[in-house]
Amino acid sequence: MKAFIDYFRSLFLLELFRGLGVTGRYLFGKKFTLEYPEERAPQSPRFRGLHAQRRYDNGEERCIACKLCEAVCPAQAITIEAEPRADGSRRTTRYDIDLFKCIFCGYCQESCPVDAIVETRIYEYCFLEKGQNVITKDKLLEIGDKHEPQIAADIAAQAKYR
Amino acid sequence: MPEIRNYTINFGPQHPAAHGVLRLVLEMDGEVIERADPHVGLLHRGTEKLAEDKPYNHSVPYMDRLDYVSMMCNEHGYVSAIEKLLGVEPPERALYIRTLFDEVTRILNHLMWLGAHGLDIGAMTMFLYCFREREDLMDAYEAVSGARLHSAYYRVGGVYRDLPDAMPRFERKHLKDPSEAKALNRNREGSLIDFLDDFADRFPGLVDEYETLLTDNRIWKQRTVGIGVVAPERALQLGFSGPMLRGSGFEWDLRKKQPYAAYDRVDFDVPVGVNGDSYDRYLVRVEEMRQSARIMKQCCQWLRDNPGPVMVDDHKIAPPPRGEMKADMEALIHHFKLFTEGYCTPVGEVYSAVEAPKGEFGIYIVSDGSNKPYRLKIRAPGFPHLAAMDEMAKGHMLADVVAIIGTMDIVFGEIDR
Repeated sequence: MKAFIDYFRSLFLLELFRGLGVTGRYLFGKKFTLEYPEERAPQSPRFRGLHAQRRYDNGEERCIACKLCEAVCPAQAITIEAEPRADGSRRTTRYDIDLFKCIFCGYCQESCPVDAIVETRIYEYCFLEKGQNVITKDKLLEIGDKHEPQIAADIAAQAKYR
Repeated sequence: MPEIRNYTINFGPQHPAAHGVLRLVLEMDGEVIERADPHVGLLHRGTEKLAEDKPYNHSVPYMDRLDYVSMMCNEHGYVSAIEKLLGVEPPERALYIRTLFDEVTRILNHLMWLGAHGLDIGAMTMFLYCFREREDLMDAYEAVSGARLHSAYYRVGGVYRDLPDAMPRFERKHLKDPSEAKALNRNREGSLIDFLDDFADRFPGLVDEYETLLTDNRIWKQRTVGIGVVAPERALQLGFSGPMLRGSGFEWDLRKKQPYAAYDRVDFDVPVGVNGDSYDRYLVRVEEMRQSARIMKQCCQWLRDNPGPVMVDDHKIAPPPRGEMKADMEALIHHFKLFTEGYCTPVGEVYSAVEAPKGEFGIYIVSDGSNKPYRLKIRAPGFPHLAAMDEMAKGHMLADVVAIIGTMDIVFGEIDR
């Protein structure tokens, strides 16, 4: 009897129609797709995207050239040069991140004792010319100035976990 | 009479079914494989050598990039080897978080495998369905570590940060139809634990759907039953591990045989195959996904009930909390020492292995007492599997090579390292 039933199951392509039932349900169901870039998926405050450098409220740059990020960077993507400024405070004269080397591990942000270097939520950027993969200090500060409210909010949200 | 010679063809390295950069030199007799010769090394990045000139912690992100579809399991192998060397025991909550995310990783890996394997042998829909579920799990990865793939989340002595209290949500301004936000955020109202708990509830039903599409499907069966058969004794001799070994009917799972993290405190079964063919390995992996969901559920329950530290309180190994670092001189010194020099391990050698989704992922470290490994050896599960390519493919048709590569779950990140 079982062989008989199996034969007819096989003859009438039962398992294929059952599979088609599943796909058919999704065909007429609600679509799962998000239409990027008009629509966007959620993003975590911990997201590790493009780097930025931050300033204090009075406009003074945070980075004090302790070079901890340069030391901790597993890919050696960060290059720092520093000397005392005219007012005697120590600041970087050069702060380059090579985005081709960077592996976005977030160690620089983790090590920075003054929250100067951060990885932001930005993940859409491109290079149009050779050499643009190295982002300089000016560029980093510019990104930081532009996105400061979001960066500050994300750091505040994560403060209790760190 | 002219001599009839075998025909030699190149399969890959740019073949879409070669799962990356596999180059196979196939000696064909008509359409039958006489000899299959895998050529490896096209994705060699020298991870082992790189790790030898970096302090221990700096290599954690590189471990993600070995088997790039089971990221956290690789990290787990690496940090557990160093912990064994140092004699450090992470807090219990960290062990449960690791168990939870190892299982998330296992599901991620098996979904990737199922989707790609299905696509290779003609089941396109599987790929789309599997990636739909992967999206949820990668959101969990992002919520916990900040990256969807290369998480760099496990650290020596625990995990970097505790699980977040809030899951990131869809924002109304980022949706074409803002009224959809409520439905999309249904499982994101609570914490990450709630999100994963909900996933573990939903997931077995979704696996049922995959099985409806594949398990009884005659095309799927024709392509997998009796393909790449490996006897259990032979599987042992070839150094198989993970689902490849279990598919042959040999019950071996490091999570049961030498429990690590919290695996001795959770309840799960180890599926075992019978015939040792591609179809049995498919069944084993599908059942493993169900068991993973079961483990996730238990971990979620425990983590909800037991808050606590997720990192050891030894500032020679783990950095002090940020607040303390800003206020206390000694903590600041620890912070600087740790991020520049790292820590030194005792002289000795250690081998530690975890049950990665593909099999036994082991790290062997020889330490000369400095802050870097003197030698680091990675035991990648995929390598012995690929080495058996010739034996498994011999006598099969050309189209079956694709099914065999698929069933081995090859990822070149770990094989070429």
